[in-house]
Amino acid sequence: MTIELRIDGVPIEVEDGATVLDALQLAGLDTPTLCYGPNLTPVNACRVCMVEVEGSRTLVPACSRPAEPDMVVSTNTDRVRHSRRLVLEFLASSVDLSVAPGVGAWLDEYGAEPSRFGADRATVGQPVKVQDDLYIRDYAKCILCYKCVEACGVDAQNTFAISVAGRGFEATISTEFDVALPDSACVYCGNCIGVCPTGALMFKTEFDMRENGTWDEDRQTVTETICSFCGVGCSLELFVQDNRIVKVLSPLDHDVTDGHLCIKGRFGWEHIQ
Amino acid sequence: MDIQLLADRPTAEERAAVDEVLGPPVSSWDGARQRRPVDEHVAFGGSAARAGRHLLLPALHALQDAIGAVSRGGLNYICERLTIPPAEAYGVAAFYHLLTVDAPGTPVAYVCDDIACRGAGVADLLGELDAGREDGTRIETSPCLGQCHAGSAAYVHRPGVPAHRVGVAPASAPGVLGALRGNAPAQAGAIPVPQPVTDRRVLRRVGAVDPASLDSYREHGGYAALAWAVERGPEEIVAEVEASRLMGRGGAAFPAGVKWRAVAGQPGPRYVICNADESEPGTFKDRVLLEYDPFAVIEAMTIAGLAVGAATGYLYIRGEYPLAEERLRAALDQARHAGLLGPVSMSGMFDFDIEIRRGGGAYICGEETALFNSIEGYRGEPRQKPPFPTEAGLFSRPTLVNNVETLVNVLDIVSEGGAAYAATGTESSTGTKLFCLSRDIATPGVYEFPFGITLGDVLEAAGGVTGELAAVLVGGAAGSFIGPDRLDTPLTFEGARAAGISLGSGVVMPFAVGTDFADITRRIAAFFEEETCGQCVPCRVGVVRQGEALGRLTTGRSRTDEVALIDDIARAMRDASICGLGHTASGAIQSAIALDLIGVS
Ligand SMILES: Cc1cc2nc3c(=O)[nH]c(=O)nc-3n(C[C@H](O)[C@H](O)[C@H](O)COP(=O)(O)O)c2cc1C
Ligand code: SF4
Ligand code: SF4
Ligand code: FES
Repeated sequence: MTIELRIDGVPIEVEDGATVLDALQLAGLDTPTLCYGPNLTPVNACRVCMVEVEGSRTLVPACSRPAEPDMVVSTNTDRVRHSRRLVLEFLASSVDLSVAPGVGAWLDEYGAEPSRFGADRATVGQPVKVQDDLYIRDYAKCILCYKCVEACGVDAQNTFAISVAGRGFEATISTEFDVALPDSACVYCGNCIGVCPTGALMFKTEFDMRENGTWDEDRQTVTETICSFCGVGCSLELFVQDNRIVKVLSPLDHDVTDGHLCIKGRFGWEHIQ
Repeated sequence: MDIQLLADRPTAEERAAVDEVLGPPVSSWDGARQRRPVDEHVAFGGSAARAGRHLLLPALHALQDAIGAVSRGGLNYICERLTIPPAEAYGVAAFYHLLTVDAPGTPVAYVCDDIACRGAGVADLLGELDAGREDGTRIETSPCLGQCHAGSAAYVHRPGVPAHRVGVAPASAPGVLGALRGNAPAQAGAIPVPQPVTDRRVLRRVGAVDPASLDSYREHGGYAALAWAVERGPEEIVAEVEASRLMGRGGAAFPAGVKWRAVAGQPGPRYVICNADESEPGTFKDRVLLEYDPFAVIEAMTIAGLAVGAATGYLYIRGEYPLAEERLRAALDQARHAGLLGPVSMSGMFDFDIEIRRGGGAYICGEETALFNSIEGYRGEPRQKPPFPTEAGLFSRPTLVNNVETLVNVLDIVSEGGAAYAATGTESSTGTKLFCLSRDIATPGVYEFPFGITLGDVLEAAGGVTGELAAVLVGGAAGSFIGPDRLDTPLTFEGARAAGISLGSGVVMPFAVGTDFADITRRIAAFFEEETCGQCVPCRVGVVRQGEALGRLTTGRSRTDEVALIDDIARAMRDASICGLGHTASGAIQSAIALDLIGVS
């Protein structure tokens, strides 16, 4: 069954069960998203994808709202642009988004000026957590999108090593009592790294190279291959710089992995180099 | 689920506290110390074990009550018992301000420094308490404790079995320090209901009925409404509630009949929830009903359960309301004993029982969908609507949520008939409304008037403003200020809407000329910073940016700059936040600016 709705005046047909975001993508509209992931349950927490839906008092998160027949959606109104701008300003003024892919372009597009909140504004700045040789957690770069929690939990790994703790502006992603990662339930699948939209979770290799100033994406190649550790057949994307593997991802739309791996595919490559 | 626990073990005390809530463990799989031979041959866990998740918050409270903190060993034991990953349980515990996860347990006094008590010597009180407190005790400030009529208030928690939990209002330094040592508070002051009983309807039993006695409640007409309801059946009850045109009293002013009809029409199981989390600054009406007429709340919930076909009701009571909780528990016991609740309620006519859930110090848990998550054992974060609670609420089942005051109105609706009830008040605001008066008013307290009365007449009836009126805060921190030129505003839902304000929970708080509005509005901004759940960006960061801008504005930086900035922030919070907290977090501040109460030098 299909549903027809109107987006910015144009009729669009989507499958029953599709979200407004699916419809926006079908209509070719570039919609900013941060907490949304195609391989995760929507949490609609970041509120950067908001659209106007006729009959709704407030704006509506496109990522989670199911498309309904005859829905009238607007994406380019003053209200929508204002909201997206403010949300981006809120984030950019409180979180270090310097390595978050795509965000810079949205900040430009929506005319965001994070500095207007003053120089002494509060931020989530805090020291980086470097607790092992595999990956680091830099919560000064965390927008609290819940993606890592979901990937660690029921959406992928079912390990539940991390959760949101605390409340309000002080809320952070944390293990129980903030114990170090090696002491927690973490199994180092790195699926949280794979979904993190801001670089708050980062391979130790990448982190070290960035610290040393040697990280250079222009010099990196991506090789797709199949993991050879077991028979599942997970697809790997090996990011290689200067003939060394610097990080490993899996395509989000891959049938077998949905972007998720285990510790072997994610980190078990030292022996080949 | 294969969960990894911490290495920390519970003390005997912690184990006993948790077992008191969960019952003793059945096998070494769920935390028993002794391994039974059969344990080698059983499978344990799965959905049966996880179904106990809703006991997480009660179990955390049990630890907090016993030792004053959620310790590692204690949390670990709860996780083992309920098959909850420790990180998740920690995330839940760290959400609630009344649970201590980062420090050893101590007796603690939470002292209200919110807008009604502010200025009334709260700084002096805090100073005296700090000087007078014994080592190993803590004094913390608190948002409004729902004792605004008293002018000062504290909530004291002294761990032990049982814990000593008391409200002290008015709060003197000796009174609070005594409570920290475990003393019962000096005799509570008069019941804050100043009107003569002949002028009250919803409040008519308050002060007259013995809250500890079912017999006394019956002598005052109690349980006649339930008898009627049982006789007439669900369809007629719902029809009467519809005919009454009763509007919700919890803040959102939604027609009760529409909700009752919707839930009754959904497939079961269904739930009923009484929202007794009352935390809107300036609000104390629900507490008065709960403390002085607890059977009325229970009877009304029972009628709601019967009407929508629910077998279980939850009464979610604010954690800082120990007296109300104690009286409700006692009343529930009596009602069960008398066959008015339980598996064969009213001689087998229906089956309904009520569980009490205690909040953990979180204003946001009064938001209905956050309340569901809180009961279910998750962080009290609101859910995006739709789906609406009537379709997918508690445990994703159809759920009726009503405020305490809304429910108590149902007793008269059922007894008199909806149409007769609707004869009081106005066309769109039927019945009477409870108003909470405090701050600069001659006789503070909860007042009841038929809808239609103006703001000025409400103030007059409470003895008038002490001093010259500067502004009235209507609706609490989530409401707005209204100027002295608007005293003719009718305090009806439609009248408030026309005036661009909201009645909210019924707060009417006048401020006299001379009030430091910069300080008051900063306290309101700080309230939202403390109470935002932090889930969505516009609210989590918006309330902080609003607080910063307000701080600059009230300490003399360029006014136009900051006002425009606050307007920008407010618009995004109103448009893009998930829940009502973010939607309303700017109203009071923007109205104070519009009235020139702040920012003009
Ligand atoms: C931040 C926030 C806090 C709330 N707190 C309460 C509360 O303490 N008590 C209450 O009855 N309703 C509260 N509400 C409103 C509830 O979400 C809900 O609308 C109400 O309980 C429904 O009952 P009613 O229809 O009888 O008013 C709150 C709403 C928000 C957004
Ligand atoms: S660490 Fe990354 S994935 Fe996790 S909440 Fe923060 S920004 Fe999102
Ligand atoms: S509006 Fe505020 S309180 Fe409500 S969900 Fe968002 S962050 Fe939480
Ligand atoms: S992408 Fe929709 S709310 Fe975050």
